[in-house]
Amino acid sequence: MTISAPLTPVGFWAATAMIAAIVLCSTAGEVLTAAAMKSIGDLDEIRARSGMKGAIRAVVTCPLFFAGVSFLALAFFSLLFALNHLNLSLVAPASASLTLVTNAIAAKIFLKENVDRRRWTSAVLVCIGVYLLAH
Amino acid sequence: MAHHKLLPRQYLILGVVAVSAPLGDTCLSRGMTALPAITLAHPATLIAAVFTPWIAVGIALLIGFFASYLTALSWADLTFVLPATAFGNVIVALLSRFWLHEAISLERWAGIVLITVGVGFVANGPSLTERPATASSLAPQLEVAEEEPVR
Repeated sequence: MTISAPLTPVGFWAATAMIAAIVLCSTAGEVLTAAAMKSIGDLDEIRARSGMKGAIRAVVTCPLFFAGVSFLALAFFSLLFALNHLNLSLVAPASASLTLVTNAIAAKIFLKENVDRRRWTSAVLVCIGVYLLAH
Repeated sequence: MAHHKLLPRQYLILGVVAVSAPLGDTCLSRGMTALPAITLAHPATLIAAVFTPWIAVGIALLIGFFASYLTALSWADLTFVLPATAFGNVIVALLSRFWLHEAISLERWAGIVLITVGVGFVANGPSLTERPATASSLAPQLEVAEEEPVR
């Protein structure tokens, strides 16, 4: 079984592994980055108070931010690798949408965000959308 | 400060988040498909790919995306900001079809429509989870109180 219209013949499980690597690294990176930005506070207010340099300093002196960026860098190179073997129209929507679902779960558990019925409905619709995109 | 309704400027930042990511991804795809197949046995070739023109333009766009994404995360929930980026899937599909000349089946279009509807659900809700005031958020007020002269 192969993923539809690949650039080079890639098996279903190889394609799944490539997309899963992007999704897992992105989720870790985005949750850590979001936690960092929440700990820093409203960047618009910081910029108004301390200028652009103050806002940049607030971001780059936060250790959580660097942990998040490290995972996002891993996700980026996983994306480059996947794009070398699979179509953009499969990789970009599938990884972005699956990341949305894993982020909803991670945000509820780790960031204590209010993931209400509206947001879960969105996650289910996105899951069906991803299924349609991949088949 | 809990923002539940966004300002026009904040919607503009979310718009930049939605548009710059798919444009950047499209440039990356254009650059990576032009290169010979890369294997895990030679991972250094991925680093060299970063300096090719299409990949470099893609990275510049993604830096713009990241700056606006960080700004958005400072005043909105992660589960609110991320769906805003999902609208970019529609832009990716259009760019893939008309610029990269990839085939987009009816099922994929249906998937993109469902994702967009899902994004609409989230966009109509509050942008930030309301939290009780914490010690750290009260700290600036306490500092101001301490500066007042004792009478």
